Amino acid sequence: MNFLKRTIPLIIAFVMGVLMAMQYYVPHKLSQDLLEVVSKWDRIIAGFAVFIGAYSLLHLHWTRIKRKVEGWGYSVFVYFGAIITLLFGFLNGGKFFWNDKQDGTMFDWLYYYVQVPAGATIFSILAFFIASAAYRTFRARTNESTVLLLAAIVVMLGRVPIGNYISPYVPAIADWIMAVPNLAAKRGILLGVSLGAIATSLKIIFGIERSYLGGGD
Amino acid sequence: MERFLRIDRRIIFASITVAVIVSLVLQFELPIPASEPVQEIYEEIESLPKGSRVMIAFDYDPASKEELQPMAVAFLHHCFSRDLKVIGMTHYPGAPGLAEQAMTSVANQYQKKYGEDYVFLGYKPGSASLIINMGENLYSAFPKDFYGNDTTTLPALQDVDSLREINFLFDLAAGTTIETWIAFGKEKYKFDMGAGCTAVMGPDMYPFLQSKQLTGLLGGLKGAAEYEALIKKKANAVSGMRPQSVVHVIIIIFVIFGNIVYFTTRRTRHA
Amino acid sequence: MRKDSNFFVLVGTIGLFVCINIFLMASGKLPFSFDGFGVILGAGLTLAIYSFLYKDNPAFKIAENLYVGVSLGYTIIITWFNFLKPDLYDPLIVPMFSKAATKAPQYALIFPSLLGVFMFLRFSRKLSWLSRWTFAFVVGLGAGVSIPRVISAFILEQIKPSLHPVFSGGETLFSSVNTLLIMLGVISVLIYFIFSVEHKGAIGKISKIGIWFLMISFGASFGYTVMGRLSLLIGRIQFLLRDWLGVLQ
Repeated sequence: MNFLKRTIPLIIAFVMGVLMAMQYYVPHKLSQDLLEVVSKWDRIIAGFAVFIGAYSLLHLHWTRIKRKVEGWGYSVFVYFGAIITLLFGFLNGGKFFWNDKQDGTMFDWLYYYVQVPAGATIFSILAFFIASAAYRTFRARTNESTVLLLAAIVVMLGRVPIGNYISPYVPAIADWIMAVPNLAAKRGILLGVSLGAIATSLKIIFGIERSYLGGGD
Repeated sequence: MERFLRIDRRIIFASITVAVIVSLVLQFELPIPASEPVQEIYEEIESLPKGSRVMIAFDYDPASKEELQPMAVAFLHHCFSRDLKVIGMTHYPGAPGLAEQAMTSVANQYQKKYGEDYVFLGYKPGSASLIINMGENLYSAFPKDFYGNDTTTLPALQDVDSLREINFLFDLAAGTTIETWIAFGKEKYKFDMGAGCTAVMGPDMYPFLQSKQLTGLLGGLKGAAEYEALIKKKANAVSGMRPQSVVHVIIIIFVIFGNIVYFTTRRTRHA
Repeated sequence: MRKDSNFFVLVGTIGLFVCINIFLMASGKLPFSFDGFGVILGAGLTLAIYSFLYKDNPAFKIAENLYVGVSLGYTIIITWFNFLKPDLYDPLIVPMFSKAATKAPQYALIFPSLLGVFMFLRFSRKLSWLSRWTFAFVVGLGAGVSIPRVISAFILEQIKPSLHPVFSGGETLFSSVNTLLIMLGVISVLIYFIFSVEHKGAIGKISKIGIWFLMISFGASFGYTVMGRLSLLIGRIQFLLRDWLGVLQ
């Protein structure tokens, strides 16, 4: 049983990893066909993962309702929103879900007038918190934080039209900050992260990194 | 002085809100010269001959709509005004509605026909695998478009077998899709690529600009405003520059004032 | 007493919102149609979410949870129409059960579908080990596919411009200095992130330079983050003033 639960997954990871790494260097048509088929299969598996996320979310809110934890009533709205959207989605403007998606249905209405405004607004709240945090906590306590603060101020002024009114040097300095020191730091981070990603990929392929298998036996 | 450090944050929230509302309502012009990364995308589209195929990846959802939708609309205006064939797709399940809205509304202004002048392939999961699948065989990745039409029958996709035949790819990204497109798409299938991204991600894209892996970049609402000014279709992004400028100055004043108060009270305490 | 006053504030605000909308519809600024009611719903949700800035309240929580539910429903339906139907249902299930089908079923799709179903067995106590096969397939494939592409796109293509000649003809002194600065920045930042060596002596000095580059970069990122978040707020206020209240053109 340990062979099926532990060894086979490690063999699968090794075979797929080596196969796809070597595939990159083989220009033969069979190799290209393999890449096409395997990438299609990976896409299909990724699609099923969407439903795992959906199940997890619904299960979480169902547990809250069942145990009547504090604020459980709000979880009812999650189910309400999901059920009504699914209903209109499957109804598909009267054509039902086994036909092609229809335009201008109640499903689209819910998207444009519930999901879009609510989704856009939730993330826009951060603007207020950034302004508040900038006033309350952004302090030039050390030389490094002073440099950070000055760079932020120059970039903030240089990236809006008003910076040009103050001085034409402001946008020029902002552009230089982005194109030289910022570029250098981001490139250093990118190189470091990429090297780390390659090391992790190799560890996964050779079975040294096994956290993706999950716990248990 | 110290009480200024403990000011109720709702006063800060209210002042930001008032600043945005007032600067939106008051109409005043601000010059918006195009920066080099934005100019590069504009010139790339200007250089494409009529009938060239441009793929737009609408890789964002409603959370980033306010920055990226104006970019999408401005870019679509430019493509349709130059009679380029536009192919839309997305990696995000929350994007199809926004992508469809942008493509349809702009295409109608230029009397473009669906299927002949533009196509919307829709959403597919898979990220890197999807890009590789599209790079090997577009019809294997998208056997049907968003509306259920067989993609092999669409005139706009004629002579397009894979990403290799795309003349330019424009990724509107709210996440890590730009790096994914570069590593799994451009690297092997050699298409020209530009990107539009949220301002939060803007600084991270500069290494790709310098290495020419990205032809150009529209960063945030400012990037969208610059592009609108270049194509002479000033809309939401340009009008958004007024409150953007005002609130930036307000936040800088907050930061400087906060530091002055902090250091003044610290000196008083030590004295 | 405090709960009562909160209740009255909430009811009063909702009442004001209803009155404003009645006025907008009566004056013709909002059409009396599905779209008009949609704009009212959108504005209501926007204001309910912004009410969190004053105080956490039921209106915010209802709006937030409703959004979560609707997005979940939308994701499932879009996944059905854009993925399950064209990639599995139409090529595999329909030809198997429909006599009118013109193409043969693509039986090869059974294998990835099975792997996809195995993923759900993660929630079963007895058969959860089958989900490991799927995860191993996906993770192994991802690792193998990434290695050569990441090396090419993120390492080689990024090192190339960093090693650009300082003087190769045509550069100004300024651009040559910038090229040197970029190389210095990249090396010093990479050295800063080597934590397995103590940052003393020459390594310490170079990593200190790396810290300065990082601080400037983080300052630039902060500036852009402020810009980005403000843009989202500006967009929402534009919606409220233009689409809902009709104050902006």
